[in-house]
Amino acid sequence: MDVRSQISMVFHLDKCIGCHTCSIACKNIWTDRKGAEYQWWNNVETKPGTGYPTRWEDQEIYKGGWEKNNGTINLKGAGKKKGLLNIFHNPNLPVIDDYYEPFTYKYLDLIESPAMDDQPTARPVSLITGKPIDIKMGPNWDDDLSGTPDYARKDPNLHDLSPAEQEAMFQLERMAFFYLPRICNHCLNPACVASCPSGAIYKRGEDGIVLINQQVCRAWRMCVTACPYKKSYYNWHTGKSEKCILCYPRLEAGHAPACMHSCVGRIRYLGVILYDADQIENVASCDTKDIVDSQLNMLLDPFDSKVIEAAKANGVPDSTIKAAQYSPTYKFVKKWGMALPLHPEFRTLPMLFYVPPLLPVMASLSKQDTAQGDNMDPIAKFWNDGWLYDTSTENLWGTIDQARFPLKYMANLFSAGDEEKVKIVLKKLMAVRIHRRGVTVGDIPPEKVEIALREAGMDAETADEIYKLTSLAKFDDRFVIPPAHREQAIEMLEFTGDTKGSTGFGFKEQPVRGL
Amino acid sequence: MENFFNALDNFFLIALPYIALFVFVIGSIWRYRSNGFKFSSLSSQFLEGRQLFWGSVPFHIGMLFLLFGHLTAFLLPRATLLWNGHPVRLIILEVTAFIFGIAVLIGIVNLLYRRITNPRISIVTTKMDYAIIALLLVQVVSGLWVAYNFRWGSSWFASVLSPYLWSVFALQPDVAAVSAMPWVVKFHIVGAYLTVLLIPFSRMVHFLVPPIDYIWRPYQQVIWYWDNRKVRAPTTPWSLKRPKNN
Repeated sequence: MDVRSQISMVFHLDKCIGCHTCSIACKNIWTDRKGAEYQWWNNVETKPGTGYPTRWEDQEIYKGGWEKNNGTINLKGAGKKKGLLNIFHNPNLPVIDDYYEPFTYKYLDLIESPAMDDQPTARPVSLITGKPIDIKMGPNWDDDLSGTPDYARKDPNLHDLSPAEQEAMFQLERMAFFYLPRICNHCLNPACVASCPSGAIYKRGEDGIVLINQQVCRAWRMCVTACPYKKSYYNWHTGKSEKCILCYPRLEAGHAPACMHSCVGRIRYLGVILYDADQIENVASCDTKDIVDSQLNMLLDPFDSKVIEAAKANGVPDSTIKAAQYSPTYKFVKKWGMALPLHPEFRTLPMLFYVPPLLPVMASLSKQDTAQGDNMDPIAKFWNDGWLYDTSTENLWGTIDQARFPLKYMANLFSAGDEEKVKIVLKKLMAVRIHRRGVTVGDIPPEKVEIALREAGMDAETADEIYKLTSLAKFDDRFVIPPAHREQAIEMLEFTGDTKGSTGFGFKEQPVRGL
Repeated sequence: MENFFNALDNFFLIALPYIALFVFVIGSIWRYRSNGFKFSSLSSQFLEGRQLFWGSVPFHIGMLFLLFGHLTAFLLPRATLLWNGHPVRLIILEVTAFIFGIAVLIGIVNLLYRRITNPRISIVTTKMDYAIIALLLVQVVSGLWVAYNFRWGSSWFASVLSPYLWSVFALQPDVAAVSAMPWVVKFHIVGAYLTVLLIPFSRMVHFLVPPIDYIWRPYQQVIWYWDNRKVRAPTTPWSLKRPKNN
């Protein structure tokens, strides 16, 4: 057992309001620079939708991630053979138009324009060439556009839904969407690291953060292809690849990453998870149907005395083990089994987990005379033309089965197509709500609450715990950051005074583009 | 007048190679050590991918073959002459090399055309980029010219130029044979020295850092700031040595 610690994240999608504050916080700190304008290390996508870059989940286009052939896994679009053979021209590299051409507006024209018959306009200009452009795409171009033919219906996750199911999903009356905030997953089996010919990308042993050494990157640009989440970006100006650094300078100082700190919906949790590094290869190359379970199995119980012993023998500091015991992500992922990895079938073993959204399934809309009949809830909303908006059904889990989103869609996102896994999580989410409604409003009979909790596999205490961490959690509950041991870690950044007044962490000279 | 040409020969064929080599070696080491951030192939594929294919691929593959060919004739002149002993083999070698030369020419013209006409690519093009493209264009044209008009290059390179180059490396430059060469050949040689000279000051540095170790490197890389077991062991004395990865 090779116990290592990993900073992991949980995003609670039920709470995401899609405000993009996280993206802006990240942009202002890290990517507000020439060549990085188009990069959104943190972005929020509307699902169903095509995402950023367009249709990034479709690996038939982008060839990201690992694929399993004859029992072993290989990078789909990079690796030693493909990477070196394609080094002069990478056939699978996305170009900037797959993201969008960064632009600004000539605001000064509004002020300096001479008196005319017409109002002056601020024309958009490209941030690459500086010339006027017609904007074809921008960040969040498909924001809130569920149901649209160009975006929602081209969502790659719809691939195995029948045309009828898809049609039903996009009926105006049933239309729903949710937000999917994405950052780098800081994977346990990162495809970007494996694809980098110059060895510039590495995983930090201490906390598992994946970084690109800007001094070693030579712009072979294989990481952009290899990352199935398209979270490695090529800076067209400096000729170096860049990615989310999980705000490691903030983490080392005990602060939460900027995206998490600024999160309005408080959907983000960060904490340490201990895992067994010996299992990485086996887990990454197991069958697709087992991959979620295997990945969760390799995460270790920080209270298990054997695990603690092995962790100590491996040099994991006591403070990190303690942080792992208090970790909110461990609770959501392992203890409660409520969070799932995004697209586990890419086999990178992402360490960012999502609590799937319950919201789209909680309400169902139907003709009064169909599913519910006369048994509708007194609080249901009822229109004159016979339509009914009802949040309850006779059947306890009826709203899950009659979900506005087919479970298959969620399963394609979070469990490699296994609907049962998503259903269990949704049941848990609902059970907590039913329980809390029983406690606070009291209009649900205790027997029903008990049945709900039992079928979801939890007791009232656990439900209360989940409720507290979901709804009432304070800053220190949501972010349990292990001390970086700066008494030793001061060497991580060498003498920080050296970099004062220069252009950023890690640079003692101006990061000027090469000749 | 003859003195003048002698002086020219001495400068371009004796002084220049030493200057070029010195600047190349010292300059490359200096650039690598002083600022790794500037060591990049500066790929522009992200801004434009399709035209690049018809430029970059023939250019690089042709260039690698020609570089390898020149190096072989320089390092193994006897083997080259032996190979050329049979006319069929000689013609195969010469024709292949010529084809690769044409590939480089096509590639470089495409690259230059792309750099000039695509506004996005023009933005990321420096004066040095144009300078080296022009220089390499001149090199490949003069090389093809020499190969076509002064046959068979691979043989006389091995018998005349290789001894000259060896004499340069042996610090006893002997330019007698080279001085008698046609001016185009000399022009090509001088161009080669200038190319070497410019390597540390241009994006050509990326050919010094080919990712060869990727072949035997394990796929995954984990870097520790220190040996986690050791650093917490009370018997390990405190070290003042700083980690090298930052």
